[in-house]
Amino acid sequence: MTDLTVENNWDRVASYEIQTENDIVTARQYIRYHAKQIAMGIVDQTRITTASSELFRNMYQYAGGGMVYVDIGNYSGHQALIITCVDSGPGIENVELAMHDGYSSGSGMGYGLPGAKRLVNEFSIESEVNKGTKVRVIKWI
Amino acid sequence: MKKWNEKIDLSLQEKRIPIIKIGDYLIVSIQIDMHDKLAIQLQSQILEEIAKTGARGVLIDISVLEMVDSFIGRMLSGMASMASIMDAAVVIVGMQPAVAITLVELGLEMPGVDTALNMEKGMEMLEKRLGNENQNFYKT
Repeated sequence: MTDLTVENNWDRVASYEIQTENDIVTARQYIRYHAKQIAMGIVDQTRITTASSELFRNMYQYAGGGMVYVDIGNYSGHQALIITCVDSGPGIENVELAMHDGYSSGSGMGYGLPGAKRLVNEFSIESEVNKGTKVRVIKWI
Repeated sequence: MKKWNEKIDLSLQEKRIPIIKIGDYLIVSIQIDMHDKLAIQLQSQILEEIAKTGARGVLIDISVLEMVDSFIGRMLSGMASMASIMDAAVVIVGMQPAVAITLVELGLEMPGVDTALNMEKGMEMLEKRLGNENQNFYKT
């Protein structure tokens, strides 16, 4: 997935580590900051911040944490904020099922992934059991 | 032992959100971006306060909150149904438009949660409800 950053000539502006609940809060505040940086509107700022918060919590709950990479760049003709979440957790056995509303394997509500998808322009997920999960969301202006 | 001038990580310190009691009401103003444990703690804190004071209504001001994700949303709606079992009404006031839009798009429904535009309207809402209850009581 890092290749995509190079391929598209995106700027890697930051990376954050999620290890504690407090990291979720700090990282989502930074996401809002980056969204403001590219002059995103207030509603879109809130959308990408909320979507990120869901993804960070997923990483924290199911994989015990992970890394967040933030890129800014051009995506299909738009200035975009690209958030990539990478963890080396247990992975998701059935990605299609996990993307269904109301499906949850743990204590969550089951709105994490499908909800986050609805809030962004582009959503992609790759997961391998026992290896980890990569989720990338893109919000453009 | 920490030296007096050593930098203390404030984020790790226990934070508490104050709950103010005025008459029959509890007023809670959430001024910070809560992490999950703090949200759960606030939930039980409010319920304990209802039990202790016999408050009939709770006003929760979220006008400073810049985002409500599924976790905080669930905490708020859970608290509303728990409070109603304890015979107290919860009104959430001051939700920012961007937060409302995002909550709906996220797909989060908050059944049983009453909302008002601001603190004043929320207070009116509670008063009306409690007033009606009293009238019904005297009628029967």
